[in-house]
Amino acid sequence: MEEKKELKVSAIKNGTVIDHIPSQNLFSVINILGLNKIQQQVTFGFNLESQKLGKKAIIKVADIFFKDEDLNKISLVAPDAKLNIIRDYEVVEKKVVTVPNEISGIAKCMNPKCITNHEQMVTSFEVVQKKPVALKCRYCEKITDNNHLEIV
Amino acid sequence: MKNRSLVSITDYNKDEMLQILDLAAEFEKRPRQDLLHGSVVATLFFEPSTRTRLSFESAVNRLGGSVIGFSDSSSSSVSKGETLKDTILTVSNYSDLIVMRHPLEGSAKYASEVAPVPIINAGDGAHQHPTQTLLDMYSIRKTQGRLDNLRICMVGDLKYGRTVHSLLFAMSHFNPVFIFIAPEELKMPDEYKLFLDKNGIEYHEYKDLADNMDHADIIYMTRVQRERFSDPLEYEKVKNVYILRNSMLANTKPNVKVLHPLPRVNEINYDVDSNPKAYYFEQALNGVYTRMAIISKILGVK
Repeated sequence: MEEKKELKVSAIKNGTVIDHIPSQNLFSVINILGLNKIQQQVTFGFNLESQKLGKKAIIKVADIFFKDEDLNKISLVAPDAKLNIIRDYEVVEKKVVTVPNEISGIAKCMNPKCITNHEQMVTSFEVVQKKPVALKCRYCEKITDNNHLEIV
Repeated sequence: MKNRSLVSITDYNKDEMLQILDLAAEFEKRPRQDLLHGSVVATLFFEPSTRTRLSFESAVNRLGGSVIGFSDSSSSSVSKGETLKDTILTVSNYSDLIVMRHPLEGSAKYASEVAPVPIINAGDGAHQHPTQTLLDMYSIRKTQGRLDNLRICMVGDLKYGRTVHSLLFAMSHFNPVFIFIAPEELKMPDEYKLFLDKNGIEYHEYKDLADNMDHADIIYMTRVQRERFSDPLEYEKVKNVYILRNSMLANTKPNVKVLHPLPRVNEINYDVDSNPKAYYFEQALNGVYTRMAIISKILGVK
């Protein structure tokens, strides 16, 4: 609970805190949620100490409350993410992310001969395993596993 | 089946497969029927495959329809950088049905999503080739008189061979016993064996060709390709092991037939050709009847 003693990333009045993001995936989370395109205030910490993850990242987004289906999209890159919904500086709700059964966009099919890697189109996967994640491409039907997961 | 694309063999259930085979048998008896008069079928071959293309075009012509298309993407606007989507949408304006072959996996499924007309997948990379599977089934039923309770021996490249994987799924509806004969590097992948286990289907795996075919009703040969081996030495070791010779058929069952999706290179010795158990050339002819049946069903004229 180091944040209580001294906050590494300053508190927000209203909005969403996304904690326990693996540091190396911070920018993937930002891209997936489209945080690089919004007008609201976004603060983040990178390479913070974490007992669980070694190095973690945290993002605080002011005045935005995401839909669950949008939040679940980050489960591919931040499966252990914890979310706090903040209203008037208080945590009013805690959430965890769950891996959805189907994924559209976000990930890249690892098969170099798959049509999705050659045509301008949205990728589409069935999630055949959730932890570690394994995705089956709806087009070429090849499996993309966690070690080969690339975010588009 | 009317107006539905055929992308993968799993698009058809058992009953639909049997409907195709029955109709193919009807076309074999009366191969000239003017059912497609005024219809246009496009054959888009983004990579060359003369045998498959001619088989489809022969099928359309025998049904009285017309064919448009290209046999090689270098002679189409694809070479100018046109996307698959644009090509498919454009050709949809000119045709009632598109038959396509494409080197990329999943291309046929994508085409079926964007096209307003139905698509028949004539091969998408190493992925699927459903009309080949249906013609294999037709050949099996024609030579054995049935599809049920057969012992099917698959030989050669069982790892990458798309024809054996599709045939495995299709025949699994008919209580088969499978005999897999392949080198270690080209064994039937676990995912297919898992599928057989789940469905309670018996199978056996061997490395040697001789003797293990003796109880088979069908011997399905495939090509062992050099480029499939990570270690060239492994290829050299096995390249001559999976060649079927006439002498090996001596103790096989009298009703057995040897099938091969063709083209063959050296995996079936020429001395097998004159053996009445060889069936691969008739198999190719069956392709025309089977494709006539598929096209007629999709266009709703039968």
